[in-house]
Amino acid sequence: MLTHAWIIPLIPAISFVLILAIGKKLPRGGSEIGIASVAICFVLALTVAFGWVSRVNDGTPPEGRQSSQSYLITEGHETRPVTEADAEAENGTDAAAHGTEAEATSTDHEAEATESTEATATEDEHGTETSAEGEEGGEEHHATSAVVRDMTWFDSGGFDIRVGTMVDGLSSLMLVVVTLISLLVHVFSTDYVAGDRRYTHYFAFLSLFTASMLFFVLSSSTIQMIVGWELVGLCSFALIGHWWEEKPNSDAALKAFLTNRVGDVGLLCGMIILFFAANGSFDIVRITEMANEGAIRHSLLLIASLSLMTAVMSKSGQFVLHTWLPDAMAGPTPVSALIHAATMVVAGIYMVARLYPVFFEGLSIGTGNINALAIMGSVTLLFGALLAFVQSDIKKVLAYSTISQLGYMVMALGVGAWTAAIFHLFTHAIFKACLFLGSGSLAHHIHSFDMKKDMGGMRKVMPKTYATFLIGTAALMGVPLVTAGFWSKDEILAGAHMLGGGGDGYPFAIVMGLLGAICTCAYMTRAIWYVFFGEPRGKSAEMELHENGPRIVVPLMILAFGSIVAGFVNIPDGSIPWPAKWQLWFEHMVEPTGTYFVATNPDFGHPSFLPWVAVVSFGAIVVGAGAAYLWYWKGLGPHGITERNRFARAGYVVLEKKYGLDILYTDWIAGGVKGPIARAAYWINQNVIDGLVNLVGRTAAKTGQWVYRYVDQGAIDGAVNGSGATASGAGEVLRKTQTGKVQTYGSYLFVGAALLAAVIVVIAS
Amino acid sequence: MKDLLNSWGPTAATFLPLVGMLVLLAIPKTEETLAKVVALVTTTSVFVVVVAMLFEFDYDSTGTMQFALDKSWIEAINARYTIGIDGMSLPLIVLTAFVMPFVVIYSWDHFPEPKNPKVFLTLLLILETGMVGCFVAQDLLLFFVFFEVVLLPMFFLIGVFGGDDRKYASFKFFLYTVFGSAFMIVSILAVYFLYAQNVGDGTGTFSLAALSAWGGEGLAKNTGILIFGGFFLAFGVKVPMFPFHTWLPDAHTQAPTQGSVILAAVLLKLGTYGFIRIAIPLLPEAAKWWAPIIGLLAVIGIIYGALGCLAQTDMKRLIAFSSVAHMGYVMLGIATLTPLGINAAIFGMVAHGLITGMLFFIAGSVKDRFHTLDMSRLGGLLLKAPHMGWLLGFSVMASLGLPGLAGFWGEFPALLAAYSPAEGLSEPVFRTFMVIGAIGTIFAAGYLLWMLQRVAFGRPTEEFEDEHIHDMHLTDYIAWAPFIVMIVVLGVYPQLIFKITDGAVVQSLAAITGN
Amino acid sequence: MLLNQFLVLAAVLFCIGVYGVIARKNGVLVLMSVELILNAVNINLVAFSAMTDSISGQVFALFVIAVAAAEVGVGLAIVLAIFRTHKTVDLDQVDLMKG
Repeated sequence: MLTHAWIIPLIPAISFVLILAIGKKLPRGGSEIGIASVAICFVLALTVAFGWVSRVNDGTPPEGRQSSQSYLITEGHETRPVTEADAEAENGTDAAAHGTEAEATSTDHEAEATESTEATATEDEHGTETSAEGEEGGEEHHATSAVVRDMTWFDSGGFDIRVGTMVDGLSSLMLVVVTLISLLVHVFSTDYVAGDRRYTHYFAFLSLFTASMLFFVLSSSTIQMIVGWELVGLCSFALIGHWWEEKPNSDAALKAFLTNRVGDVGLLCGMIILFFAANGSFDIVRITEMANEGAIRHSLLLIASLSLMTAVMSKSGQFVLHTWLPDAMAGPTPVSALIHAATMVVAGIYMVARLYPVFFEGLSIGTGNINALAIMGSVTLLFGALLAFVQSDIKKVLAYSTISQLGYMVMALGVGAWTAAIFHLFTHAIFKACLFLGSGSLAHHIHSFDMKKDMGGMRKVMPKTYATFLIGTAALMGVPLVTAGFWSKDEILAGAHMLGGGGDGYPFAIVMGLLGAICTCAYMTRAIWYVFFGEPRGKSAEMELHENGPRIVVPLMILAFGSIVAGFVNIPDGSIPWPAKWQLWFEHMVEPTGTYFVATNPDFGHPSFLPWVAVVSFGAIVVGAGAAYLWYWKGLGPHGITERNRFARAGYVVLEKKYGLDILYTDWIAGGVKGPIARAAYWINQNVIDGLVNLVGRTAAKTGQWVYRYVDQGAIDGAVNGSGATASGAGEVLRKTQTGKVQTYGSYLFVGAALLAAVIVVIAS
Repeated sequence: MKDLLNSWGPTAATFLPLVGMLVLLAIPKTEETLAKVVALVTTTSVFVVVVAMLFEFDYDSTGTMQFALDKSWIEAINARYTIGIDGMSLPLIVLTAFVMPFVVIYSWDHFPEPKNPKVFLTLLLILETGMVGCFVAQDLLLFFVFFEVVLLPMFFLIGVFGGDDRKYASFKFFLYTVFGSAFMIVSILAVYFLYAQNVGDGTGTFSLAALSAWGGEGLAKNTGILIFGGFFLAFGVKVPMFPFHTWLPDAHTQAPTQGSVILAAVLLKLGTYGFIRIAIPLLPEAAKWWAPIIGLLAVIGIIYGALGCLAQTDMKRLIAFSSVAHMGYVMLGIATLTPLGINAAIFGMVAHGLITGMLFFIAGSVKDRFHTLDMSRLGGLLLKAPHMGWLLGFSVMASLGLPGLAGFWGEFPALLAAYSPAEGLSEPVFRTFMVIGAIGTIFAAGYLLWMLQRVAFGRPTEEFEDEHIHDMHLTDYIAWAPFIVMIVVLGVYPQLIFKITDGAVVQSLAAITGN
Repeated sequence: MLLNQFLVLAAVLFCIGVYGVIARKNGVLVLMSVELILNAVNINLVAFSAMTDSISGQVFALFVIAVAAAEVGVGLAIVLAIFRTHKTVDLDQVDLMKG
C-alpha cells in the first residue's frame, strides 16, 4: 500500500468532480459522496500507517523497493503504472479507484520511456524494478527510509520535474490526521450546515480541500508541495467566503488569500533557491540529503530557510502575518475546525518538518541558542495568547489560541525538538478540532458566537457539548498526565530547555513558552466562564436550547476521547509507568531515520522527560486558570482597571486593535497600493506614458499642420505661386511694350541691332 | 495522408481562411446564416488540418522543421516561400486554430454593432490567415508580410465594430504597430545585406534557417545591438512591453468581444514569438546585451500592469491591463535566454491565450447582459447567473496562477529560470527580477480577486435587482467548454506542451547555451 | 577710297530705309523702305565683292534680290489682306498683336 498512496488524494478529487456534477441531484445533496470518499481515504490512510508501522518494526521494507519509476509502456500512448507485487493491489477498492484514475487524471498518462520498455510489456504483476538514483536507496543506512514513488511530470530545459508520493512516518501521520478530522467534520457538517444555500458546493470544496491537503502531505517534490500549498489556500478562500453575499465574508476570504500570497512569495523563492542548490531538482529526499551532507552552501540554506519562514508565517499564522486567521472564522465552523485549526494551518509546520535539514543547517538550530524560527514561534505563541484575552467571539478566542499553539510548534522546530513539534501538531489537531466543533455545536441554534452577548450558563442545556469542550480545554491547557496536550507541550518545553548549542537550551523560548502557557490557561478559563457559567444572556436566554443530535455530538465525543488518549502514544521514559515497548512509540514511528533527516547529525537531540518542567507547567496552569477563576467566578482582582489605569487601558487598546497590524495591512498597505499607488501608476500611465504617446501623436499632427501651412503652402507652393506672380507681374510691365504695332517692333529691332553692333565694335576694337 | 500534409499542411492551414473569405464575399449580404456556416466550416477545417498535423508531427525531433516547404517567391531579392512547423510554433498554431472556430461559434448570436456578419466574418478569416501565416513563415520577408496582414483586419474590427471610442483606439493600435514594423523592416534589410556582405558572397537571404545558422557572427557588437533594437521595438510593441503598452488597454476596451479574445489569445503572441523565433536566434550576442533591459521592462510591466489593474473601474479594461502583467512573465522567461525560461514563456503564451481569452468572453457576456462593465454597478453575478459567475471565478483563479491550472506553469518556471539565467547574464540582477516577479503574484491575486469580489460576490445592485439576467446560452457553453478543459488539462499535465517545445527551444538557443 | 563712298551711300540708303520703316504709316511705303534697306545691303555686298575680288558677294546680292522680290510679294499680299479686313493700310490701326 505504501507505494500506492497516490490513490488517497485521488479519491476525494474524484469526489469533488462528482459532487459538482451530480451532487445536486442526489437525495443528500452530494454529502454522501463526500463522506464515502473520505471514509475510504481514512481506511486507506490507516492501511498506509499500519504498513509503515510494520515496515519500521520489521526493519526491512515489506514492499519491494524505495523508489519506483517503472511504468508499463504499451505501444503508443497508453501507459499505466505497473502494479506492484503487493497484495493490496488486488483490493477491490484500489482496483476500482485504479480504473477510474486512468480516466480521471492525466498525470498518470505518463509515457515515461525507461529502460523497462520491452521487459514490462508482458508482465502484469511484477513490475520491473529500476532502482532510483543511488542516493535514494535506503538499505545501506540501516534505517527505515521513506517509500518514494515518482514519475516525470514534465521536462523542460534539461530538468526532469517529477511528481510522486513519499510515504514515511510523517506523511503517514498526516494522512491519518487529515482524513480523520475531515471525516468527522464531514459528518458534523451534514447536520451543521443542513439546509444551507450552497450545501452541495460546501461538500464539494470540503472534498477538494481534503484532496489538496492529502496531495500536499504526500509530496515527493517541493514543486508538488507548492501546488498542494496553493490549492489548500484556494479551498480555504472558497470556504471562508462560503457566504459571499455578505461583504465581510468575502473580505475575509480575500484577506486570507492575499496574506497567504505574501507568504507564497517566500515559498516560491525558497523553493527555487533549493531547486538550484540541489543541482536542479525538486526532489525532497535529494534536497534534504544534500543539506544534511553539507553539499549546499550555508548561506544558500540560510536564505532559503528565511524565505520559507515567510511562507510559514502566512500559512501557519505566525506573527506578523497571522491577521488573516481570526478573520477566516467568517467561514462555517466545521471549516474552521478542519482547515483553520487542524490541518491547513499546520501546512507550514509540516513543510518545515519535511525539509528540516534545510532549516537545521541553515539556521544552525543544533548549535545555536537563538534563531529566527524559535523567535518567531515564541513571539507568536505569547502575542497570540494575549490577543485571545480581549475577544468576545468564541471562535476568535479559539483562532488566536490556534495561532498561539502553532507558535509552540514553530518554536519546537526552532529549538530542534522535531518530534515534539509533530507530536503537538497531532494532539493539537485533535483537541482544537474538538473545541471548534464544540463551539459550532454551541452556536448551532443561536447562530451567534458572541460569548458575552449571547451565551452563558450553557452547561445545563448542552451537557455533552460542555463535557467534551471541557476535555478539549483541559488538553489545550495541558492538564498533567491525563491529557494529550500535556505530553506534547511538555516535550516542547523540555526541548527548549535542554536542546541547542552546548545543551544550554533556548532561554528566550522557554520563558515565552511558560508565559504563553499561563495565558492559555487564563483565556480558556475565561471562555469557559462566559460560555458555560453565569446566567444565560441574549439569544441563549431567549431560545429554548437543547443538546444537538448525534451527528454533531458523536464527532465531539470521538475527538474528546482522542484529546485524552492521543498523548499516550508518546510517553517518555521516566515519567509514568508505561510498557517499555510503547514508550516513545510515536517518536520511533514518525521520526525519520533515513539520510534525508537530521537524525544522523550529532547536534540533533531529543529532550528527555524533566519532572521539574512538568511541575512548572502545572504551576502555570494553576496560576493562569486560578487567576481567571478568581477573577470571573469570585469577582476578585482589580476589575475595571482598564478604566482607571492609563497603562492598563493602553495595553487593552493595543490588544483590542490587534497591535495595529490590521490597520497597517488593510488601510495602509492594501489601501495604499489599491488607492493612491495604483491611482498614481494609472495616472502616470494615462498622463505620462499615454500622454507622451498622445503628445507625440498630437505633435506629429501639429507639425504636419505647420509643415503644411508654412512649408508646403507657404514656402514651396509660395515659390511656385510666386514665380507665377512674378511672371505675370513682369508681363504686366512688359505688355506695355507690346503695342502691336509693327513699327514699334521694328524700332526695337533696330535699336537692338545697333546696340549689338556697338558691342561688337567695342569688343572687336 | 502524411505526404499530403507534408507538402500542403501549413499552406492549407494558412490559406484556407482566405479561400473561405472569397466564398464569403460571393455570398449575398442577406444570407447571414450561410455566411456563418461558411466561416465556421472554414475555421473548423483549418482546425482539422492542424489537428491532423498534430498527429503526424514527429515529437522526437521537435527541433527540426517539419511539413517544410521551400518554393521560390521573389527571385530578384532571394525571398522565398519557406514555411514549416517546429516545436516552438506548433503550440501557437494549434492555439490559433483552436481559438478561431470557438470565436465564430460565440459570434453566432453575439454580432457586435453594426451587425454585419459578412464583413465581420470576412475580417476574422483574413486575420486567421495572417496569424497562422506568421507562425509558419520561415522567411523573414514572408513573416513580415503576414505580420502586416494581421494589422488591417484588426484595425477594422476595432474601428468598425468597436465601442464608443473606437476610432481613437484603432488608430492608436495601428500607428503603434506600424511604428514598430518600420523599425523591423529596417532590421530585416540590415540583416539581409549584412548576410550578403559577411557570408553570402554578395547574395543576401531572408531565410530564417540560414540567418540563424549564421547567428550574426562577425558583426560589430553595436551593429548587432542596433539591429536587435529594431526587432525589439517591433515585437515589444506587439507584446506589449512596458512602456509600449498603452495601445493595449484602449484596443481591448474598444474592441468587440471576439476581437479582444483574438487579440489576447493570439495577436500578442506574435510579439513574443517574434523574439524567440527571430530576434534571439538571429542575433544571440545582441540578445545577451538586451536581456537585462528586456528583463527589467518585463518586471516593471508585471508590477506596473498590476497597479494599472487596481486603478480600473471597468472590468474589461482591468483584464486588458492584466495582459500587460502576464506578458511580463512571458518576457521575463524569454529574457533569461535559457531553455527553461523560454519553454515557460511558450507555455505562458498558450496559457495566457486560453485564460485571458476566457476572461474576455465572460466580460463580453457580462456586457451583453448588464450593458455595463462598470464594476461599481455590477455585483452578485453568482446570484444572477451562477454558472457564469463560477466560470469567472475559475478563470480568475487560473489567471492568478493557481497551480493545477494552466497559468501556473507559465509563471512559476519563468521565475525559476530567472534565478539562474544564461551564462553571461548577471545573476544578482535576474534574481532581483525573480523576487519582483514573485511579488507580482501578490498583486495579480489582489486585482483579480478584487474584481471577482466586486463582480461576482455580494448581491446585485438595485439597478439590476429585479432584472432578469439570462445565464449562459448554448453557444456560450460550446464556445467556452474547450477553453476550460484545456486550462485544466494543461494545468494538470504540463508535459503536453513542454514535450513539444523543449527540443526546439534547446536547439534555437544552441548559440547561447553553447551546446 | 572707292569703297568708302559705296559704304557711305549704303549707309545713307539704310538710314532712309530705317526711317521709312519706322516713321511711315502706309504699309506699302514701309515695304518700299524695307526694299531700300535690302538694297543698301546689296550695295555693301557688291562693293566688298569687288574689293576683295571674290564672286561670293555678288552671289549673295543676287540672293538678296530674289528674297526681296519674294518678300515684296508676300508683303503686298499681307497689305492687301489687311486692307480687305481693315479697310486701311495705316499700320497704326493694325495692332492685333497688342499684348
